[in-house]
Amino acid sequence: MAGNDNLQIQVMRSQLGRVRGLGAAKSGVEHWWVERVTSIALLPLTIWFVVAVLMHLGAPQAVVAHWAGRTVNTVLLLALVMLTFYHMQLGLQVVIDDYVNDAKSHLATSLANKGAALILALFAIVAILRMAFKAPAA
Amino acid sequence: MKDVRDASFVAQSSNGQLVRRPLSPHLGIYRLQLSMVLSGAYRMSGLACSLGTLLLVWWLVAAASGPKAFATVQYWVGNPIGLLVLFGWTLALVYHTVAGLRHLAWDAGYGFSKPVFNRNGIIIVVATVVLTLIIYGIGLSLWAGGASAATGG
Repeated sequence: MAGNDNLQIQVMRSQLGRVRGLGAAKSGVEHWWVERVTSIALLPLTIWFVVAVLMHLGAPQAVVAHWAGRTVNTVLLLALVMLTFYHMQLGLQVVIDDYVNDAKSHLATSLANKGAALILALFAIVAILRMAFKAPAA
Repeated sequence: MKDVRDASFVAQSSNGQLVRRPLSPHLGIYRLQLSMVLSGAYRMSGLACSLGTLLLVWWLVAAASGPKAFATVQYWVGNPIGLLVLFGWTLALVYHTVAGLRHLAWDAGYGFSKPVFNRNGIIIVVATVVLTLIIYGIGLSLWAGGASAATGG
């Protein structure tokens, strides 16, 4: 860290003026709070999914697709992937905020993060819906 | 100093002199402790789980596509490399879940004293190892059982 000798500020604004507009406390907890909400929702969903996968290990595609096509499973799978990618994107954003300091790279990685999460989520959602509409209602 | 953001990290001391605001000390200054290892591992496990979602998407898309695509996924996941990746993903997911529960407890205001978080730090490590081995063990035995049933053996 640089020392305090010859420290000069050539910004013609007061201390208050300089920090104004950098962020309001009102929405400051939004990211933190949504990360917690999604984590709580993902807890039962993830346990359900792990158990379901264990029960379908080695099963042929038709069996897995039929399972995913049942309304209950379709709904839970959709909830799982939507929340997973939302939560993932929030978590990765914190890592980006911590380690990518340059403003341009920060914007680029943040956008890439959100874009990748969205596209991956859509791939998963479309796959789940395809199985849902292909399978006979049950 | 002309950057507004840099300037916001400068304050005035009581004698009117401009001083840089102190930053918190970083890794190099601390003795290695369990809590800092677990904290780093929490972030690493989150990153590993993020990578693992690629496998989840691949699996779902293949299951929706048809038997051939699904067989490809099963071939790669059943490989030694695939099994290793799956073990790593299980480990990361279990740790992120168990340590995440501790984070939620902290968020609710519990468990901030040193003896408590040092003790439950050990507990979450043991729980992670045990749960991972249980899930992976069940998975391996079910998979082997399913495979032998499928081939009629």
